[in-house]
Amino acid sequence: MTAPLLEVRGLRKFFPIAKGLLHRVSGHVRAVDDVSFVVREGEALGLVGESGCGKTTTARCILRAIRPTAGEVLYRMRDNRVVDLAPMSEADLVPLRKDIQMIFQDPFGSLNPRMTLFDNVGEPLLVHGMRGRRARLDRVAEMLGLVGLRPEFMHRYPHAFSGGQRQRIGIARALVTGPRLVVADEPVSALDVSVQAQVLNLLLELQSRLRLTFLFVAHDLSVVRHICDRVAVMYVGQLVELATTEAIFRRPRHPYTAALMRAVPVPDPRVAGDDGILPGEVPSPASPPSGCYFHPRCVFAQDRCRSEAPALREVTQGHFARCHFAAELDLAGASHV
Amino acid sequence: MHPTPTATDPLLRVRDLRVSFPLDEGTVRAVDGVSFDVFPGQVVGIVGESGCGKSVTMRAILQLIDPPGRVTSGEILYRQGTETIDLVRLPPRGREMRALRGAEIALIPQEPMAAFSPVHTVGAQIIEAIMLHARQDGRKIGREQARAMTLDLFRDVGISMAAQRIDAYSWQLSGGLRQRAMIAMALSCKPRLLIADEPTTAIDVTTQAQILALLRELQHKYQMAVIFITHDLGVIARMANYVVVMYLGRIMEEGPVDDIFHAPLHPYTRALLRSIPSLKTETRTALPVIAGTLPHPFNRPPGCPFHPRCEDMLPKHCATAVPALHELGPRRSVSCFLHSDLAEPA
Repeated sequence: MTAPLLEVRGLRKFFPIAKGLLHRVSGHVRAVDDVSFVVREGEALGLVGESGCGKTTTARCILRAIRPTAGEVLYRMRDNRVVDLAPMSEADLVPLRKDIQMIFQDPFGSLNPRMTLFDNVGEPLLVHGMRGRRARLDRVAEMLGLVGLRPEFMHRYPHAFSGGQRQRIGIARALVTGPRLVVADEPVSALDVSVQAQVLNLLLELQSRLRLTFLFVAHDLSVVRHICDRVAVMYVGQLVELATTEAIFRRPRHPYTAALMRAVPVPDPRVAGDDGILPGEVPSPASPPSGCYFHPRCVFAQDRCRSEAPALREVTQGHFARCHFAAELDLAGASHV
Repeated sequence: MHPTPTATDPLLRVRDLRVSFPLDEGTVRAVDGVSFDVFPGQVVGIVGESGCGKSVTMRAILQLIDPPGRVTSGEILYRQGTETIDLVRLPPRGREMRALRGAEIALIPQEPMAAFSPVHTVGAQIIEAIMLHARQDGRKIGREQARAMTLDLFRDVGISMAAQRIDAYSWQLSGGLRQRAMIAMALSCKPRLLIADEPTTAIDVTTQAQILALLRELQHKYQMAVIFITHDLGVIARMANYVVVMYLGRIMEEGPVDDIFHAPLHPYTRALLRSIPSLKTETRTALPVIAGTLPHPFNRPPGCPFHPRCEDMLPKHCATAVPALHELGPRRSVSCFLHSDLAEPA
């Protein structure tokens, strides 16, 4: 087992709710509420959940696009020193940003339409001090080749490219500084089906070729299952389950994870769907329910679930779940598919 | 002109529909010879990737094509009782078309957030639709009765606390509730044909499962015909009786849902089905892909639109002639030279 490259400990991000003319703070949205996990070097960890579960906020805290309210984001540098990114100043973060990069969801919104591919992909190099144009040209050409685009395209503008090609450009830009950790936020969800597979294959290939570590934020379980070694499931700002991909899909230990799996429509009309299985809606992270946050929607809920909040416990080796009955419940995984 | 239709005849027949958009850079043939039938009480799924013309086809049926786009040829035959109307011939802003929209043919759009007015309550918008379109014993319906009907609809579509929510604004509702309210609005005048354009694309999976179940239940209850447009093959498998697969404005194949998924004929359908990661494909291995990218609409390939990306391309045929939609059996057609020599007239 490889050493952790990143360790998130007790991460919290609360957003104040301002009310009235004086913008008095009347409460907090607990977008991320005590999240801890480890990303090992060379692995792909999937962060899964529905909108509002805090998966993107968690990713943004790790990237330090926003400052966490509390908790540590421990990053192991190339010389094996461990630094906490959470309290760092912008200036101190600059050299580390080379190492931690992001791939965005929307290939249309994430590229500057007034900049050529060379400028779009090469800008991070400039920021990190590569002044020589020749060197940048070479590096950008290399990156475009790596993601399957012709280097001659370098002087064209993004509008000339399709969604799939633009996502390749976005990947080239994320990788141009030679990062070790790549945070990909829904990198294929805006793409057409026939292009999605190409980009997924590219990500897998790049990961093994460049020995990248991925934090893969997504809502699509089939995509996460295909790409990730381990999966973390979030619900209302909390981690509810964390396990290897194989284990979680074979036997999920949290009823929410099982419900998520059942809700994915299977591309086969002969499979009788049992849709509508999970009643109700995701509660607001500003006023979560008492006890276990999932109890109002859970078919297995007991009195205890209404009053006592479960802790994230290790059910079997390396398989964590936040459920009082994680050990007893016999939940169906994706094997029914 | 047309023989008198009967109840088992198609409710809607689209015949050789062509829609193009003449733009400065060139003409985009968004829909290029599309024909399909929709029978009463059945769900036809139209599946395809962006630019395949699925949404433009739907807008053509509703006569909502934005200029400079226009229907250049073809028929959209809608059966109303014993009469058949060609929607293409009706003025888009005319009285007849406006009487059909909403009342006979209703739409569930993709983005309920954009479809509802933010400055009127959702209830007021549905009540307005009922007062405008619905008739009881040939008479218009008053506001009070329309409100009572809206409350019933809210309960039908599973909106709890209907009495409060009827006076809410769309932005006060969650994504799932907003889409339920949109469904209530679409069903308010008991349409015979419902067009659902990617109704769950903007919604989370557990909410999507609820909305799909609701749509199936309501389709059954009201015995509506539904055209269900989506890019998600999983959603199509769950919702449709018949499937139309489109690519770059043309139908690649159509047939009963089981045939499309278990005996697909067109290389595009086959490649599409192989390329999706499902919960049972092998993990962390390269997925089979469709080579290349979707061509730019100004840059339509000659011949079969799919031939540059097709594994089974026949060099002599596919790049020069356009395969015609060939009927292999009742409601089973394919447009591919592997299955038929039938070509479109040059």
